[in-house]
Amino acid sequence: MCKEKTPILESRHLNKVFTAPDGRPLYANNDISLKFYEGETLGIAGESGCGKSTLVRVLSLLEPPTDGELLLFGENVAGLKGEKKRKMRRHIQMVFQDPTDSFSPRMKVKDILCEPLENYGLIKPSEKAAKARELLKMVELPEEFAERYPRSMSGGQKQRVAIARALALEPEILICDEATSALDVSVQKSIVELLVKLQREKHTSIIFICHDVALIRSVSHRTAIMYLGFVVELAEGKKLGRGVCHPYTEALKSAVFSLDMDFEKEIESLDSEIPSPLERPTGCPFRNRCEKCMEICAAERPQLREVEKGHWIACHLYA
Amino acid sequence: MLDIQNITVAYHGQPFLQDFSLHMKRGEIISLVGESGSGKTTAIRSILGLLPQEGELVSGDILFEGKSLPEYSEKEMQKLRGSRISMIFQDSGAMLNPIRKIGSQYIEYIQKHEKLSHKAAEEKAVAMLEAMRLSEPERIMKSYGFQLSGGMRQRVGIAMAMTFEPELLLADEPTAALDVTTQAQIVRQMMELRKNHGTSIILVTHNLGVAAYMSDRIVVMQNGSIVEEGDRKTILEQPGCAYTRKLLAAVPNMYGEGYV
Repeated sequence: MCKEKTPILESRHLNKVFTAPDGRPLYANNDISLKFYEGETLGIAGESGCGKSTLVRVLSLLEPPTDGELLLFGENVAGLKGEKKRKMRRHIQMVFQDPTDSFSPRMKVKDILCEPLENYGLIKPSEKAAKARELLKMVELPEEFAERYPRSMSGGQKQRVAIARALALEPEILICDEATSALDVSVQKSIVELLVKLQREKHTSIIFICHDVALIRSVSHRTAIMYLGFVVELAEGKKLGRGVCHPYTEALKSAVFSLDMDFEKEIESLDSEIPSPLERPTGCPFRNRCEKCMEICAAERPQLREVEKGHWIACHLYA
Repeated sequence: MLDIQNITVAYHGQPFLQDFSLHMKRGEIISLVGESGSGKTTAIRSILGLLPQEGELVSGDILFEGKSLPEYSEKEMQKLRGSRISMIFQDSGAMLNPIRKIGSQYIEYIQKHEKLSHKAAEEKAVAMLEAMRLSEPERIMKSYGFQLSGGMRQRVGIAMAMTFEPELLLADEPTAALDVTTQAQIVRQMMELRKNHGTSIILVTHNLGVAAYMSDRIVVMQNGSIVEEGDRKTILEQPGCAYTRKLLAAVPNMYGEGYV
């Protein structure tokens, strides 16, 4: 069904390489090709250092890719600069992990909410109060909050304001970077429900970045699993975690503590540490931590292959 | 072993943790679960007398092996802390001095509690790090805290806390800042502590999955009071209280229904 649609945003063979202080190259993102569709959530899961935050910075035009294309509405925006880039950015908005750090403590909620609109000259001062009330209503907060300061609000309320601010420009793409990770579980649930509801109303394409595979799976239409700068698996909805999967996805999955797990069984975990991206292994990035490592894994880097419809895995086991 | 009797803790004179009781047997693992501000951290901090300045234990008693902890002098308390009762935190690396190497801090800590030569203390520290499955313990001893990953720092923290095989380990959100696979490592190592040394553990966490996996008993807290407690099976399968049910329902499930 998604196949016929044209993606709003698409990355083609995107690479991002930084240079470490000692001159060695740090490969943060390698050959990332992902498509983002209207009204759909693409979840990106992975642990610290897997390159998700760099990818977010590249996708949101905060950082140019080293090479590769980034197509927004079919136009390559990877090399845009200055005013053109600024204009493009309004289509991609973000919600961050910590709402406290992403608000100025000296701005009232109404000013926070209308700032993006002011940046693009889309609002008159006289319209601000009404717009703020409308945005607060959208995220199910009382209208009186417009006159408040963020410090007097709870974490969940602040995150709602952050969502309202991000949606003020009616962006086609909303990036949630660990947007629910700092919240209590019941608050997390209500924020996720709000995002899903708003997506249905506005057909926003959501990029949901999170380290919790179980949560990602429950909110995403498709999920990408990242490891050491590579996308190692890409699966449609409920396919993730069922049937075959990448050995790293298997490790992530077995490390999830859920309430329906077998409490008598010893928890499995990878004992080794994730290698530094400065010293990534040849061949498969996961090979030195993988139980199923074969000879070919050191010699050749596995490419993403479609193992069944809508389910891609980069692993020699499924070649 | 540990008997907390109806303690009430006040901040700035306002009672916050109210009428909290906990009875713990040797080798037991008990979780305190609840959301931010439910009083779970206050509860375990009051055991070691580690309340912030404005906090005060206003009533109740805490008995450890039959002795009242609030009556301990500061000197007696210092002797107890880190030897018979240890604590680990969300980021144990944060308690390390950032401008001193881990080794020198670890050795100082060992020598404070035990009369050992520098060399013997160093050997003991290295052996503990090895037992925590940290590779290259000698290199870790020569490192500064910021040079290690969060998971490694946490394992250093647990190694330090376990040096004197404490009877009771207080763990305050020990895995909250960690990645999922690292969290699984730390959980497994805490379970091994009980298996190998019979350590009792009080775990404070907002992660119900971890609490359910680790604990014999679960205490659910809200707004400074216990709202429900029971063995794991009862809490998970027949929660009596609406708040417990709400918490359980909010945990994302690997195979459950999704939102989309």
